[in-house]
Amino acid sequence: MDKKPTVELKLPILKNMELVATQTAEVVAKHMQLSEEKSGEISMALIEACINAFEHSESKSEVYIHFMIDDHNLTIKVIDKGKGFDESNVKIPKIESKINTDERKRGWGIMLIKELMDSVNFESDHTGTTLTMVKKKDTNE
Amino acid sequence: MNKVTNVELIGDVIVVATEGYLNKDLGDEIQKAAQEHISNGVNKVLINLERSNIVNSIGASILIEIIEELQENNGVLAFCELAPIIEKTFTIMGLTKYCKSYPTQDAAITAMS
Repeated sequence: MDKKPTVELKLPILKNMELVATQTAEVVAKHMQLSEEKSGEISMALIEACINAFEHSESKSEVYIHFMIDDHNLTIKVIDKGKGFDESNVKIPKIESKINTDERKRGWGIMLIKELMDSVNFESDHTGTTLTMVKKKDTNE
Repeated sequence: MNKVTNVELIGDVIVVATEGYLNKDLGDEIQKAAQEHISNGVNKVLINLERSNIVNSIGASILIEIIEELQENNGVLAFCELAPIIEKTFTIMGLTKYCKSYPTQDAAITAMS
């Protein structure tokens, strides 16, 4: 079986480095002839995934991003070597709970990733987190 | 480069125009520009994002604080010229329940005046 074409990035944890990932995603999306809408959704999800890996994982090392291309899907893995997290402890944010209350205004990342991508999976333990997210080339598949 | 490119009072609406990535830094800059005018009694703020086509949720979260500040002053926050992915992001977050979005600055000013 042929190996899927894969683009790999290794990002240092530096300010705005998530934009390197989005630029790569745009090139990959163009190669796959994905629509502008899907390309934008992938970039947005990737930004949030990178921010989670950069900030919340407390990783001291690089973040790895793999873009795996096939005829039907773009699969993106975002891998950090941070402290990990329990997805079941992540509260679904609601703006009504955040406006005019003391609740912190942030905390939207995972919800946005799930809304913008076709499938999302987290594998996480104390050695790090791998986020796998998929965008289907054709929504009707 | 991400920055506030223009702050202009049009009628009773303060228009804050931006350029580049709407992240925490730009969110803070927008908030500061808006606060200066809110403290002087302006309570209608329009953010023109025509030249910002990418956002993160931290930058967007700062807009929630501006909504709160305006609500305390019986005011209103609106957006114009949103890129489709920013509009979608704001909709997912629920920002559009509290802020109207207009296709153009002129349409926004007309509706808000």
